[in-house]
Amino acid sequence: MLGAAKAVPAAAMATMDANQRMIETTTVLEARGIGKTVKSGDRDLVILRDIDLAVTQGDAVAVIGASGSGKSTLLAILAGLDQPSTGQVRIDGADLSALDEDARAELRGRAVGFVFQSFQLLPALTALENVMLPLEIAGDPAAEDAARAMLERVGLAERLQHYPKHLSGGEQQRVALARAFVVRPKLLLADEPTGSLDAESGAGVIQLIFDLNRESGTTLVMVTHDESLAQRCKRIVRLAAGRIVA
Amino acid sequence: MERSPSTSARLRLALRMLARDWRAGELRVLAAALVVAVASVTSVAFFADRVSQALVRDAHQLLGADLVMVSDHAWDPVMRKAIVEHGLRDAEAWNFISMVRAGDAQQAQGEGPRNQLAGVKAVSAGYPLRGRLRTAPKPGAPDAPAAEGPARGTVWIEERLVSALGAPVGTRVRVGRSTFTVAAVLTLEPERSASFFNIAPRLMMNLDDVAATGLIQPGSRVRYYLYAAGARPALAEFEAWAKKRLGRGQRIDTLEDGRPRVRESIDRAQRFLGLTALLAAVLAGVAVALGTRRFVERHLDGCAVMRCLGAGQGQLLALYATEFTLLGLAACALGSALGFAAQGVIAGTLADLLRAELPPPTLWPALRGFLVGMVLLLGFALPPLVQLKNVPALRVMRREAGAPKVSAAASYALGLGLLAILLVWQAGDVELGLTIVGGFAGAVLLYALIAWGALGLLSSGAIARRLGARSPALRYGLANLRRHTRANAVQVASLALGLTAVLLLSFTRNDLVDAWRRAAPPDAPNRFVLGIQPDQLEAVKAFFAEQGIAVPDLYPMVRGRLTAVNGVAVDGKDYAGERAKRLVERAFNLSYAQTLPSHNQLAAGRWWPRGQGVPRELSVEEGIARTLGWKLGDALTFSVGSDSFTARITSLRRLRWDSMKVNFFVMAPPQLLSNYAASFVTAFHLAEGREVAMNALAAQFPNLTVVDVGAAVRQAQAVIDQLITAVQFVFLFALGAGVLVLYSALVATEDERRREAALMRVVGASRRHVTGSQRVEFLAMGVLAGALATAGAAALGQLLARRVFELDLPPSAMLLVVGPLAGLALLSLNAWLSSRKVLRASPALTLREET
Repeated sequence: MLGAAKAVPAAAMATMDANQRMIETTTVLEARGIGKTVKSGDRDLVILRDIDLAVTQGDAVAVIGASGSGKSTLLAILAGLDQPSTGQVRIDGADLSALDEDARAELRGRAVGFVFQSFQLLPALTALENVMLPLEIAGDPAAEDAARAMLERVGLAERLQHYPKHLSGGEQQRVALARAFVVRPKLLLADEPTGSLDAESGAGVIQLIFDLNRESGTTLVMVTHDESLAQRCKRIVRLAAGRIVA
Repeated sequence: MERSPSTSARLRLALRMLARDWRAGELRVLAAALVVAVASVTSVAFFADRVSQALVRDAHQLLGADLVMVSDHAWDPVMRKAIVEHGLRDAEAWNFISMVRAGDAQQAQGEGPRNQLAGVKAVSAGYPLRGRLRTAPKPGAPDAPAAEGPARGTVWIEERLVSALGAPVGTRVRVGRSTFTVAAVLTLEPERSASFFNIAPRLMMNLDDVAATGLIQPGSRVRYYLYAAGARPALAEFEAWAKKRLGRGQRIDTLEDGRPRVRESIDRAQRFLGLTALLAAVLAGVAVALGTRRFVERHLDGCAVMRCLGAGQGQLLALYATEFTLLGLAACALGSALGFAAQGVIAGTLADLLRAELPPPTLWPALRGFLVGMVLLLGFALPPLVQLKNVPALRVMRREAGAPKVSAAASYALGLGLLAILLVWQAGDVELGLTIVGGFAGAVLLYALIAWGALGLLSSGAIARRLGARSPALRYGLANLRRHTRANAVQVASLALGLTAVLLLSFTRNDLVDAWRRAAPPDAPNRFVLGIQPDQLEAVKAFFAEQGIAVPDLYPMVRGRLTAVNGVAVDGKDYAGERAKRLVERAFNLSYAQTLPSHNQLAAGRWWPRGQGVPRELSVEEGIARTLGWKLGDALTFSVGSDSFTARITSLRRLRWDSMKVNFFVMAPPQLLSNYAASFVTAFHLAEGREVAMNALAAQFPNLTVVDVGAAVRQAQAVIDQLITAVQFVFLFALGAGVLVLYSALVATEDERRREAALMRVVGASRRHVTGSQRVEFLAMGVLAGALATAGAAALGQLLARRVFELDLPPSAMLLVVGPLAGLALLSLNAWLSSRKVLRASPALTLREET
């Protein structure tokens, strides 16, 4: 797997399918030689080293590893929320290190959706408003209709005007999912999406993630420590002590 | 997808965010602070605008002439002749205070004698030279311009006097020895603006009738006016000629220099109102700053999420700046509307004093209110808001990734600077404005430093260990104090600030007002008799004896003018302070006595011994000595008539001015003064129901001025009460702002405390433990804030009493008790409320909301 990823050219690759049709598979996310080192006292603490990863359109990748293996840091770097000490990340062909913070934000808004363990809904906004928010930031005049449709899709048509604190954990995460998918992102980054949920609602959310992923052709990168969840992805990347081990 | 939203889309988003934050209750305190600030500033500005419009409108007839000459002694006839010789029109008027009595007809009807102190203006033919007098046939009837002043044998009286005397047009009133027919109700006179705050109602009479009243005698207090009007060159020539011939106590007013003097008192009242309004604005600024800080803290996470969702830094800043600007505009509009309503109340309260129809206000003051509101918002809300744009998006994954903190001093420098400019503008005085801003900033800094030091000391190792050994709650409480020293110091300082304002505005103000209008004891003298001539002494004494009134002490009074101190000529310009200038400029009432009057107390030096020769000694009231910088041993030179004498200060006396007895600033041994022309003065208590005796006195001695002090005090009090009501109204705004600061300071650390308490409960702390440790923390902070606020309010109160009201005010015992208790009570209430909130909610929920 690792070898294959390394061999992937930077932008796109053309293969022939069984019917000899030309299919273009685009690399949505590509990381090369990612390392992260932080100062801890007077020592350098290596969190990540030499990570290479390429994810093509429609792929579903689980990043799995024990606590402290560096998986959340990797996700933050892949999202452009954190800077790597070494290496490069490209999202949708754009080199993150060449972009300033505002341009990275713009790229995130356009191409990346997020789902967090702690939901990260804005408490002062209703479910509908939370889902409208990314579209509003982008200046989409049809934000409300799109948000309404998306909330209906995740089964919360009756909860549009509820505030996060009046929703269950599973419902909150569904709102977060609706917010992530409403911009039709190429890439969905999920950080322990079921980490705060009980088994039942966790399973519901996971099913929803895979359904939406399939429907919209989104590329999924999910950080988790749940082996069974990871098995549902096409690919598994295992992290241990900051390195990819399998 | 379109990635660069249009301006209108951004505006719509800002509006929606405003609506959402408003709904969530995040903006209410902030908006309230702005509304209070703008309302308080605009209410005063609207009122000031109307008054100044009235002054401009009436400017042409403000003086009643092109040039007015004022003197405290009669003009040399040469002067009036010179006006005519310069080709100018001339007129003359005398102003004095006198008791006016309803005529016999009214008494016969069994209504009892009615007296009223009136401001008499006796005018010559031709008055006024500019503008017109207006009269009405009865109170409330439409008035019309009058061709000239009252004819001989008649008077015109103001409406207030008509009702006080029960003397409508056609009835008779007595002034001194003469009786006059009330011929009209005086509705308007030039110079009325000069008497905006006049106490005594006007009685206008013919100058030629004055002599017959017998009212003007040596020692009578009269202001003599000469008026001139005509062509500009002739006027200038006359002014130059006359200026060289002015004596002491004489001056020339023209429209240019007369107006500022006329406006002085009203200006001062307005400045006072304006500064109070700005105090409210400054306090509101603190509330805005505290409120915005809380807003920012609560929006850090949301901003991080929004950056994750694609919002750029510039977009975020623009979004919140727009949201706040929209909020500001709405708050300013509401504040201006409130201010407009409030100015109506102020003008209504002062209607009796203003005695002039005020034109409707313009819209300028609203603009000023908007300016103040926006300055507060931009100055105190924008700096913390800038923090929001710097929130790293990483915060969504790692909570500890916060915004880079900017130092408070640096971020609020803009606000303070803008506020300083506003204050200077409002105060119309750079020094005063800067003093207020500096004093305010200094006080906040001092409060914070003291709080920081005291909290640090209290929670420092040794003390904390000793106290903490007793109970774990105490130990955790003190540990919390240490951990939050900085945040707590800021909270204590803001609390102390709000509490200072509230204490100052409630307690100290009441004390000041009480001291200001302190009523005399019930048996204190209530009548003054002035102008008793030496040859009337025995007859007056006999009169009292006949009437069965204890013969009061009669004090001689010689009018003298201070010309030199220690051989150096006196010039009002050399004295700092309005009061000192006024004191040295005007004539002194000198008295003489062999022995110290019984109600006086020797404070320093010694009283003059009985003996031969002429002791050149003076005894001076200690307050005036302090004001004018006189010491024992200083030589004062007084001129009396054309003569003068010099003597040294050998004693200082302490007086009780509120005793209502006859008191003198300067006294001398009889040998020094008894050769000068003196009149005598006395004060006595007239029992109720004996008013007839005064009528008899006035009938027998028409030259005497009998002043009903009770009535005068009541009249003065009515005026002061109105002023106080007006000022209080503005005080209410400042009080509101103070309360807002208190509230904002209390809730400032609420979120963090809730989170910590929840954590403590998660790790197994009992409710008692959590509340106990919070209580310790709040207790320490409450006592500290209360003590600081008490000290601050007491110090400010003293400063106000001495500098502004010029009276000694002992610190109020109530304040000393209530101040610290208020601090304690506030924080206890807060501790109770917040612990209830924390304990009611499940720890898990609290923590989940926070993450």
